[in-house]
Amino acid sequence: MLKIDGLRASVGGHEVLTGLNLEVGPGEVHAIMGPNGSGKSTLSYVLGGREGYEVTAGEVRLEGEDLFALDPEERAQKGLFLAFQYPVELPGVNNTYFLKAALNAMRKARGEDSLDSVSFMRLMKERLKVLHLDETLLKRDVNAGFSGGEKKRNEIFQLAMLEPKLAILDETDSGLDIDALRLVADGVNALRTPERSMILVTHYQRLLEYIQPDRVHVLSRGRIIRSGGKDLAHELEAKGYGWITGEEVAA
Amino acid sequence: MSTAPAVDELVRSEYEHGFITDIDADTLPPGLNEDVVRAISARKGEPDFLLQWRLKAFRHWLTMPTPEWAAVHYPPIDFQSISYFSAPKKADDGPKSLDEVDPALIETYNKLGIPIEEQKALAGVAVDAVFDSVSVATTFREKLAEAGVIFCAISEAVHSHPEIVKQYLGSVVPHTDNFYAALNAAVFSDGTFVYVPKGVRCPMELSTYFRINARNTGQFERTLIIAEEGSYVSYLEGCTAPMRDENQLHAAVVELVALDDAQIKYSTVQNWYPGDEEGRGGIYNFVTKRGDCRGDRSKISWTQVETGSAITWKYPSCMLRGEESVGEFYSVAITKGRQQADTGTKMIHMGRNTRSTVVSKGISAGHGQQTYRGLVRIAQRAGEARNHTQCDSLLIGDRCAANTFPYIEVKNPTAQMEHEATTSKIGEDQLFYCRARGLSEEDAVSMIVNGFCKEVFRELPMEFAVEAQKLLAISLEGAVG
Repeated sequence: MLKIDGLRASVGGHEVLTGLNLEVGPGEVHAIMGPNGSGKSTLSYVLGGREGYEVTAGEVRLEGEDLFALDPEERAQKGLFLAFQYPVELPGVNNTYFLKAALNAMRKARGEDSLDSVSFMRLMKERLKVLHLDETLLKRDVNAGFSGGEKKRNEIFQLAMLEPKLAILDETDSGLDIDALRLVADGVNALRTPERSMILVTHYQRLLEYIQPDRVHVLSRGRIIRSGGKDLAHELEAKGYGWITGEEVAA
Repeated sequence: MSTAPAVDELVRSEYEHGFITDIDADTLPPGLNEDVVRAISARKGEPDFLLQWRLKAFRHWLTMPTPEWAAVHYPPIDFQSISYFSAPKKADDGPKSLDEVDPALIETYNKLGIPIEEQKALAGVAVDAVFDSVSVATTFREKLAEAGVIFCAISEAVHSHPEIVKQYLGSVVPHTDNFYAALNAAVFSDGTFVYVPKGVRCPMELSTYFRINARNTGQFERTLIIAEEGSYVSYLEGCTAPMRDENQLHAAVVELVALDDAQIKYSTVQNWYPGDEEGRGGIYNFVTKRGDCRGDRSKISWTQVETGSAITWKYPSCMLRGEESVGEFYSVAITKGRQQADTGTKMIHMGRNTRSTVVSKGISAGHGQQTYRGLVRIAQRAGEARNHTQCDSLLIGDRCAANTFPYIEVKNPTAQMEHEATTSKIGEDQLFYCRARGLSEEDAVSMIVNGFCKEVFRELPMEFAVEAQKLLAISLEGAVG
């Protein structure tokens, strides 16, 4: 699904990713963990195609296609979804309208017909139910005046509606209390399929108590320094990042 | 529309867009003096009271300096180089075909889905075909007549209802009001007249579009709308399609009078040609619009979407004289390219318990310059008056500018005033967020801007609102990046 090879990237002239390799197969859920400043969010933005994140070396392929040859919207249309750490407010833009425009833009890019209003409403209500979300969400403006938890849940709702092939969840757990975290995790679990791959970017192990990853990677100073099964996350929680990052310095 | 007897003036200089018009014998030579004013009035066979009024206005105009306080820049206008009266357009005036019209304009028409015959009319190409709307207009006029509503050209009303015109003309915007209003009073060409009798709810939205002789009313348009006690009227002015006109200077005057319990809703979509990329050939739109809430519990509501013109100078205002009268102003103004706009409103509270609401949304892109200038005045006798003003500016790119000048004068301690102002930029984060959901940058901009303008658009009549949204999207194409 996704293959990252020797990726180097800079932000404001400062190299943040220093040769990162990662391969995620179809239907796999990978967790990328790391201390602050290790390059987690940079990785998310580089994959999403945000301006100001300059790729200096390496390549990324999504289903074999060169990701860096595509604009952000084209990446989304090809099935890449980035759930934001800080979802952006769009005052005056209705959630339903926004989602419909987004979904139809993707369908158009794939050469499919636009979804009519009735089918779209039906789909929305069905997905709301799966995620146990309230219908009032549909009437509100995109993220405007939402609490932190509501914003994160709205991201998951978008994920459910847009049905990506690969979802990158950038610190979706940050700033959530335990109830909100459980709601979000349940949503993500409900959206797991044998085809859909996910990358969970997180600082803490606690999200992984609710979402079982197939692989866990530790990111430090811009590259993956250790990979393992879900036990690695527990070990990290117990011993702290210093346990691995210190080890690397010693090596 | 080509069959309509209309008056059209032209600016002979400074218009570089290939419109060469033959001056025939019916056209007055350029220049302005008392003889010209007399000739205009005589040409229209006006009653003496109107001639005298025009002359008073002209004499006063001579004493007035050109206003320079607005934050707009343009070379001085030579008023003696303008011809103030010309006969109705002939078929060989103006461009001969659409091939002679700015291709960018044609592209916009196509995007708006305007039929080819209408494109010609809008671009000023002479057409012989008579539109379907002529018959539509006739049906509408019959229906209006049944309700007792008078809806006609002001030049017609001068003859058919001289007593009403005499009573109200200049009663809201006096001939001495300001430089351009005085000029308009002296030389006004034509415009719209609406009279809604007591207790009548006008059975349809009145639109200039359906008044067949409304096109080509020229550069000094004059509109007068009177709503008698307990009546209601909604009036739509303009068109979302960009309008081409040979006249560079437009100085219109609009007067609204609402008596006890009457309501007037006045909506404008202004999309005059803004000029080319350097702003050449664009329209100067210097308008005086004022509504007089003369009666108790009367209400006047202005809604405007301003996207065109090279320069806009416009402050639709409400004089809240009647007790418990209500004034509203909802505005979206866009400046892009080299456009300049100095626009806003005045809410003058004179009656007790009067209320006013001002919602102004300014959008600047490219090198656009925009100023909101608003005045809220609470007179000493206007007890318990209330105003809420909200004034938001949105900037796209880093070469444009927005200024806000709110003037507030309160002479009564019981007044309640609220003023909110924000300036924001379309953030890189907002654009990236939309793009990460598969939307193109242009769609993202138009979505964010439409969201920003929502409070104003919902005040527009339904079909106008839909068109306005489309217009906004087209106006802002290529504004980012």
